[in-house]
Amino acid sequence: MSDLGNIVKKEVREMLTPTTIVPVILVAFLFGAMGNMIGGVTEEAKKKPTIGIIDEDNSFLSAIVTGVLREQANVVYSSTNGADVSEGLQKVEEEGGAALLVIPLDFSENIYENHPGEIHIRWIMNGMGTMDLVPTQVVNVLIQVINQEISKKLVEENSPVNPDVVINPIAKSETTIFKGKEMVGLSPEVISGALSSQSITIPIIMMMIITMAGSMVISSMGMEKENKTLETLLTLPVKRNYIVIGKIAGSAIVGLLMAVIYMVGFGYYMQSFQISGVNLADFGLTLGLQDYFLVGLSVFATLFAGLSLCMVLGTFAKDYKSAQTLILPVTLLAMISMFVIMFKDFGTLPPVLKVIMFLIPFSHPMMAMRALMFDDYLLVLGGIVYVVIFAAITIAVVAWIFKTDRLLTERTKMRKGGAKFLRGLFGRFGR
Amino acid sequence: MLAVDVKDLVKNFGNIKAVDGASFDVHEGEIFGLIGPNAAGKTTILRIVSTLLQITSGSVKVLGHDVIKEAEKVRQLISYLPEDAGAYKNLTGRVYLEFIARFFGDGGKTKKIVERGMEIADLGERIDDKVRTYSKGMIRRLLVGRALMTEPKLAILDEPTSGLDVTNSQEIREIIKKSVKRGATVLLSSHNMLEVEFLCERIALINNGKIVEEGDPLRLKKKYRARNLEEVFTKVVS
Repeated sequence: MSDLGNIVKKEVREMLTPTTIVPVILVAFLFGAMGNMIGGVTEEAKKKPTIGIIDEDNSFLSAIVTGVLREQANVVYSSTNGADVSEGLQKVEEEGGAALLVIPLDFSENIYENHPGEIHIRWIMNGMGTMDLVPTQVVNVLIQVINQEISKKLVEENSPVNPDVVINPIAKSETTIFKGKEMVGLSPEVISGALSSQSITIPIIMMMIITMAGSMVISSMGMEKENKTLETLLTLPVKRNYIVIGKIAGSAIVGLLMAVIYMVGFGYYMQSFQISGVNLADFGLTLGLQDYFLVGLSVFATLFAGLSLCMVLGTFAKDYKSAQTLILPVTLLAMISMFVIMFKDFGTLPPVLKVIMFLIPFSHPMMAMRALMFDDYLLVLGGIVYVVIFAAITIAVVAWIFKTDRLLTERTKMRKGGAKFLRGLFGRFGR
Repeated sequence: MLAVDVKDLVKNFGNIKAVDGASFDVHEGEIFGLIGPNAAGKTTILRIVSTLLQITSGSVKVLGHDVIKEAEKVRQLISYLPEDAGAYKNLTGRVYLEFIARFFGDGGKTKKIVERGMEIADLGERIDDKVRTYSKGMIRRLLVGRALMTEPKLAILDEPTSGLDVTNSQEIREIIKKSVKRGATVLLSSHNMLEVEFLCERIALINNGKIVEEGDPLRLKKKYRARNLEEVFTKVVS
């Protein structure tokens, strides 16, 4: 082999290690998962929305409305009687539909009398994620199509209607039903916008807290090993559990402090996007003292669980550099939770994804505030109980590792299969 | 009472037998040296005595306490100085000593321990500089100060003068001797046979995880008709 070839071979060997490859694979995996989700949104948008129609007007113009809707949507309920609203809503809800559109008796009359014809839309909102809002957006597009069709018809008829009404013959009056709450005058988009801090800000901040504090714990373990201070620490007359809990608590304090600083900046950034001006308290969407307590408990328990998980990973760190790589699985889990919650509500997820999301401890504080706003205490309390159990088991694992030779020798007494599995899972990360 | 009592100690790392049936004892108030080549098992034995590693079989007692069953009690009696150990780089020497001292007492007791540590380390005004600015010799002196400031019943020193120049090495040897006069027992390991001859009252020669010879250096030299411990070791191993 030539000298040049020899040097190239050495460089490739030095650089192409699991430490450099694994992050790239994980990022590629994440992009792939995101691509699938975005693809899912596109697919959802192509689907016909499921709706119900009540045409009380039963006129020539209302026939245009129902005609467009029948052609472009999946109509699961149809009636001409205004008294059937409850029945219609029930049917649409059963079919997983998006809205019940009611064309009132005076629809055509209003238009011909120079007032926009009002369509009453009862939105059935299933969730606040981006994907949950897709059917609503499709129905809104259909309303625009209807608007154009009626406009065209009025022009063709040479109708003496006011030009403003000819251009915009339709008006919407909207009521949204979400998790049992009826919000008159609000569309799902407005509600989603007003709750964007619960949908976007909180998941991002939680992800930051977990990643930062987690990185502190893992780096601390890596540095203890790199600086050869761990052996001294472990021979001091202090309980091993105190070392574990001390490291977790110290990292949590520093991580939280950093997250608060980020949170202030990010809060201002997100405020610039909020344009709805809707006071959610008017619709009963507020949190009480006990709700805030539960959110705090969920955040605290999750932080503790996350940091305990990081401690387990930290024991595999050989030095500071390898520690940086070991945070990736935790970041990945937090990012999965964050993206899924942005795209979908827990309630509208497919069962398998629901289980996965529940099992990832980081999902729970991300979902807690929104769930509590709609009185979903079962999800929040169940989540807290799960996260506490997760944290307890993980801390027990860390305490066990601290009592074995693992920390100093990267070996633990374990049955062949278990050792092989763990080595496969983590062992190579640190190299 | 024996300061250290090691009986039929075996330590395996997977298929590797790091310690293979080693037995020796260290008396209170003596300096005992473990001597052997690299990978002979010296550090593994010291780590076991320091409660850092589990044992495969056999038993190890420190001042009558089992290192596995009574690990927390043993940690109150010992002080361990690992080879190539470091200190927290972002702390000053003084803050590092204070951090360690707080595990051994509060208030006035902590202050006394730190003062003793500073006296042993003898770093002058540099004690208030960050550890990251220290030379290798200064870090080692700080760590020796840390190890001996608590006046442990048993000081376990792994290659105490490793990587140090002649002057620093001599100073550290003197510090170790002084600590024994104050009542400590020292168990140390070293490659440096001269150091061992100078320091140790008794030694154990270790090779491939086995204790191959034990006794006081003078007697061993006589027994093997050797000029120094290096020759003793070569003759014993061959």
